[in-house]
Amino acid sequence: MNATLTRRDFIKVATAGGTGLVLSFYLPGREAGAADIASFAPNAFLRIDPDGTVTITVHKSEMGQGVLTALPMIVAEELDADWAKVKFVQADAHPTKYGSQGTGGSASVRTSWMNLRTVGATARDMLLTAAAQVWNVNKSTCRTEKSTVVHSSGKKLSYGELASAASKLAVPSDVKLKDPKDFKLLGKRTLRIDTPQKVDGSAKFGLDVRVPGMLFATIARSPVFGGKVKSFDATKAKAVAGVKDVVQVENGVAVVATNTWAAIRGREALSVSWDEGQWKNQSSASIKQLFIETAKSPGTVEDYDGNVESALASAALKLEATYEIPFAAHATMEPMNCTAWVKDGTCEIWAPTQTPQRAHDEAARILGLPLDKVTVHVTLLGGGFGRRLQADYVADAVRVSKAVKAPVQVVWTREDDMRNDFYRPATYNVLVGGLDSNGWPIAWFHRIVGASSRGLVVGGSTPPYAIPNMAVESHIKETGVPIGAWRAVGHSQNAFVVESFIDELAHAAKRDPFEFRRQLLRKSPRMKRVLELAAEKSGWGKPSPNGVGRGIAVVEAFGSYTAQVAEVAVDKNGSLKIRRIVCAVDCGPVVNPDTIEAQIEGAVAYGLSAAVKDEITIDKGGVVQGNFDTYQMPRIDEMPKVEVHIAQSNESIGGIGEPGLPPVAPAVANAIFAATGKRLRRLPIRPEDLKA
Amino acid sequence: MPSISLTVNKQKHTVDVDPDMPLLWMLRDVLGLTGTKYGCGIAQCGSCTVHLDGETVRSCITPIALCEGKSVTTIEGLSVNRSHPLQRAWMAEDVPQCGYCQSGQIMSAAALLQEKPRPSDKDIDDWMSGHICRCGTYNRIRRAIHIAAGNAKPMDKAGSNGKGGE
Repeated sequence: MNATLTRRDFIKVATAGGTGLVLSFYLPGREAGAADIASFAPNAFLRIDPDGTVTITVHKSEMGQGVLTALPMIVAEELDADWAKVKFVQADAHPTKYGSQGTGGSASVRTSWMNLRTVGATARDMLLTAAAQVWNVNKSTCRTEKSTVVHSSGKKLSYGELASAASKLAVPSDVKLKDPKDFKLLGKRTLRIDTPQKVDGSAKFGLDVRVPGMLFATIARSPVFGGKVKSFDATKAKAVAGVKDVVQVENGVAVVATNTWAAIRGREALSVSWDEGQWKNQSSASIKQLFIETAKSPGTVEDYDGNVESALASAALKLEATYEIPFAAHATMEPMNCTAWVKDGTCEIWAPTQTPQRAHDEAARILGLPLDKVTVHVTLLGGGFGRRLQADYVADAVRVSKAVKAPVQVVWTREDDMRNDFYRPATYNVLVGGLDSNGWPIAWFHRIVGASSRGLVVGGSTPPYAIPNMAVESHIKETGVPIGAWRAVGHSQNAFVVESFIDELAHAAKRDPFEFRRQLLRKSPRMKRVLELAAEKSGWGKPSPNGVGRGIAVVEAFGSYTAQVAEVAVDKNGSLKIRRIVCAVDCGPVVNPDTIEAQIEGAVAYGLSAAVKDEITIDKGGVVQGNFDTYQMPRIDEMPKVEVHIAQSNESIGGIGEPGLPPVAPAVANAIFAATGKRLRRLPIRPEDLKA
Repeated sequence: MPSISLTVNKQKHTVDVDPDMPLLWMLRDVLGLTGTKYGCGIAQCGSCTVHLDGETVRSCITPIALCEGKSVTTIEGLSVNRSHPLQRAWMAEDVPQCGYCQSGQIMSAAALLQEKPRPSDKDIDDWMSGHICRCGTYNRIRRAIHIAAGNAKPMDKAGSNGKGGE
């Protein structure tokens, strides 16, 4: 049914108080299924007011990736709107109005691209018709520019002046979209709509929500994964000035106070005894031991081609290696938090969430309320990176508000956030490669042992190269450590493994790592092109100063193609300096090149953090690291120069929030090999790995 | 509880709070000035940076008792209408992504320019390395500081409408 939706079906016209034009439209999301269509109630909207203001409802969450600017830009382009008159409104959660509001998988622009263009083009067509009727001229003699319809005679009517008349027209069913070569806004460096509020402190993140009479809460959570409250003594906590109540909730004990500080102090004074459960002896060492043992037996076949076993038997050269990836935390700058107000059979929620609908469902389920009694407002997100796809922190706030019958903001301290994350899975990888007598790969074997979640462990593990015999196997083991999507998901760790091992094969074959890849990508034109572009722009093949090495990696992820060359210097003491990352990207049509550059810069920083800094370790069934003193990340003095080269492309549109991340770690490790001859197969890369 | 008097963004306040309460939580939860952010609580990330009598402090570890009689400037009081050269440069370069750390970054950078009106790359890196930006806006921060200092010019970009949300 989804496929038969016509434009007329998904765009409806309405009037705004009888004076403005409102186009309501339904956005079929990736996950929109039959149930969504059955309750079809279009209400996402493009609205044009008589004063000329164009308002676009944004149904995706802003976590820094620029969606509040990118989605309105797409509409504004086809509408020929005056960009200075465009505003956005952040949509509340709704089960059906917008299709999927889930913000992840680098999917917001690519899943909205055609629909939003159609909405803009439809409104423009209606404004043209309205102007032609007012002037009693042929529509073909009218054109649009900057929120104005202009007649060939030179007379003009603004969109604001035409909004009312346009709102009385039927919605045209077949409007023509612009030829991309006629784009005026799309493809141009455009300043973000949300920047001004982010330089004067007025931007409202989840923690900035203030509701009259609200209380603040912290929750004492089990130090061991899956542990439960056995008993608690709140006497001392309740004696802390400002503490109003101490209540047991699903996953711990909440201390509720008149301000955040009192809630923190009250929790320090609280005494809780825990039933630690089955994971109390879990540690990084025990998990590693489990993975190594498991890796000795065949796993589930995830992907294969040809016959790896016989190809390896006939290989002129066989190479074996193991690669290790640690758990990693998201560490968004704004820790998890949510504000909820449960009262009189309703619930109002203010959440920095990547999944408004999941928050909505979760709150309704906990309270036993119908969805229409629960309102979820989406605030700005102080970082997401996959952490805010979860609704655990929303559930916290709902439960505490219900217990104390007041609006409550549950605040997670940094330690709460670090120790109660849904981590990138740790993995242990066995690789075997075979080269023929000419030095070309004929066999690729990869066995992955990873924690808890198959999809998050194996994603992105199939090598992109033309190797005739290939097999990828997996073992998924429960470790007690909660697992979740972490920026670039499976690609983030598997690109390190795949792009490092292909580099090993290239060196074993005594071939240039760039040329080696290029040959093996001859049937993948988009990958080959970005690989060549990154090599060209980085000066690949030209001599580099002593102690400086270059490494290359290329990845397809989230519909985009990204190649990077890292340039690193390593001194005798093992001090690593990442000097420069040159990135070539093909993400198809470009919305805002400035955002693409920003997202690549950001993905490089996030990827570097996993490459050379981040490691979550487990001891006694919990996370050892608690704050930024022990879980460190690159700072301004460690940030390399990042050069972004966007390949002109008319291919299908891809995502941009994540694709810049996967190549970082392997490009750096490959560059370290070039500089030092040391092959590093374990993340993060540590200073002691680099000492001469 | 003893009351504490201080000036915040040129306004006098007297507050009755736990004298150990960090300035951060007094600003956010008592005065409602939420532009100053909580990131770590242990002076590691810089998100909570404000000026206390003109010097940068980490408000997350500065007890309110130490602020008696002093003058605090937060991001909300840095300028009128985002007119500080750093705020203008931040907008021209589109520095923020999620934006959460940027209040602290700007407050630190403002103190840097007081100290060194024409900072070098190294001056900037040394001064600003107490901050964490998880979105990785570091190179833009460096560029924006140079622009505000008059060392560089902004890149040409299509205009912002500055309207933000409703």
